[in-house]
Amino acid sequence: MSNKIPSDLKYTKSHEWVRQAENGTLEIGITDHAQSALGDLVFVEVPDVGRALSAGEACAVVESVKAASDVYSPLAGKVVANNDALSAKPELLNEDPYGAGWLFRLQGSGPLDAASFMNASAYESFLAEESK
Amino acid sequence: MGLKTPLYDTHVQQGAKIVDFGGWDMPLHYGSQIEEHHAVRRDAGMFDVSHMCIVDLTGGRVREFLRHLLANDVGRLKTFGKALYSCMLLPNGGVIDDLIVYYLSETWYRMVVNAGTRDKDLAWIRRHALDFDVTVVERKELAMIAVQGPNARRKAALLLMPEQQAAVLELKPFFGAAFGSWFVARTGYTGEDGFEIMLPAADAADAWNRLRAQGVAPAGLGARDTLRLEAGMNLYGNDMDENFHPLESGLTWTVAFEPTDRDFIGREALERAQRESGRELVGLLLEDRGVLRSHQKVLVGGGTVAGLSGEVTSGTFSPTLNRSIALARVPKTSQPTVQVDIRGKLHAARIVKPSFVRHGKSLIDIS
Repeated sequence: MSNKIPSDLKYTKSHEWVRQAENGTLEIGITDHAQSALGDLVFVEVPDVGRALSAGEACAVVESVKAASDVYSPLAGKVVANNDALSAKPELLNEDPYGAGWLFRLQGSGPLDAASFMNASAYESFLAEESK
Repeated sequence: MGLKTPLYDTHVQQGAKIVDFGGWDMPLHYGSQIEEHHAVRRDAGMFDVSHMCIVDLTGGRVREFLRHLLANDVGRLKTFGKALYSCMLLPNGGVIDDLIVYYLSETWYRMVVNAGTRDKDLAWIRRHALDFDVTVVERKELAMIAVQGPNARRKAALLLMPEQQAAVLELKPFFGAAFGSWFVARTGYTGEDGFEIMLPAADAADAWNRLRAQGVAPAGLGARDTLRLEAGMNLYGNDMDENFHPLESGLTWTVAFEPTDRDFIGREALERAQRESGRELVGLLLEDRGVLRSHQKVLVGGGTVAGLSGEVTSGTFSPTLNRSIALARVPKTSQPTVQVDIRGKLHAARIVKPSFVRHGKSLIDIS
C-alpha cells in the first residue's frame, strides 16, 4: 500500500483532506487510506453547487462494493464546484485520491485552524495510532 | 484472533485483506474485489471455503433419515454422486440452514452446511439422527476450494493424475466423485461452471498454489458475495433465516411436496403457508444510480397503503451489469416497480427474476 501523504494538504480525523487553492477556495477529498479501506468504489454522490454546508455536516457519499460511507465537510462554506467526473468514473477516487478523485470545492468562511486539522506528519502518526 | 483455515498463511502471503466472517479469519479480497469478480466470470477464480462444515452421514436408514430431515427429497437422487440443494427446517417452517447433500452410497451421504450455523446444525442433525441410528461425523480434517469460471474445470483437472483427468471432466453438473482422498463436485455458488474440491488439509496449500500457477485468480468473500447475488443465490442469514420459511425466501423450488406421504420436518407449516398469499423474495434492479443495501425499506404500490412495505435482504453493485441489484422480501404484488428508501430518498427499482447473470451473460434487460 502506498504511504505517500502529500505534505501540502491538511487532514481530518474522519480521513478527509483539504487543499488550499490559489483563488481562496478549498478543495476537499478523501485520503488514500480512506479509499483503500473502502475498496473498489462504485458510486460517489457529491454536494450540489450552491449548497451551504456547516462544519462537520455529512455532505457526500462514497460507496464501495462493500459499504456506503459519509464524507463530512471539514468546515463551513458554500459549494462552488463539484467533481462531475466521479459519477461516470468513481474509480478515479481509488486511482488518484489526492488529484482526479477530488470531491468538491468550498468557498470557506475562515482560515484552517490548527486545532481542527492535522498536517501530513500528524496524520501519519494518527493512522499509525488508529491501526494499533 | 479468529478460527483459521489451512490456507490462512497462504492468503496472508498472497496479500489478502483478512476480515472476520462468523468467527473465521477469511480473505475479503487480494487487492481488487471487482477484478476478482471479473476473473470468475471471464476465466477462472478460486475461493477458500474450508470454513464450511462437511458432515458425513452413514447408516442403514440414512436415506429414510434425510427424507425426514430435509425439505427437498433425497429420494430424487437415483445415481451415486448426485447432489441436491435443500433447506433444513424447524417444525414451524423457519429455515435452520440451506445445504448441499451428496448421495455417495446406499448407506453414505455427505452434507455441506454453512460455517456460521455449524453448531446449531450439528446439534439438530445429531438429535434427529438418534431415532434412525445414523452416525454423524464432521470431517474437520478436510479443506475445501471452490474453483469457478468458464476455464475453471479445465485448469482444476490438471491437479489430478493424468488417468483421473478425463473422469473429472466428464462429471455432469451437480455430480461429485471421489479421486483418492479428494472429493470433486461440479457445484458452486457463482452462476459459473466449476468444481468444489474437498481435500485433506495437508494438500490444500499445494493445490491452491498449483491452481494459481495455472492462472486461477485467488478471490475473496467480497467477490463471492457479488457473484452469488448476480446468480440470484440466497445467502443464509441475509435472505433467509429461522424467521422466514422457504416459500417467502425464493426457495419454493427446493421444497418437495410430492410424494404427499413423505413426512418431513416443517411440512405441515409449509402446507398452511401455501394457502396464504404473504410475501415473496424478488430480484430488484435499481433504475437510478446508487447502491441497494440490505435492510433498506422497499415500498410497494407507491407506499401509500400501510403494511405494503418490504425490505432489501441483500443488495450490492453488480460488476457485470454495472448497476445495483438486490434481493428483497416484499408483499406479493403485480406492480412492475417498487420504491426503495436509500438514505431518506426514494428511488425506483424494477422487479425482475432473481437470476441476474449466468455463465458470464446478463439474463435481464438493463436498457
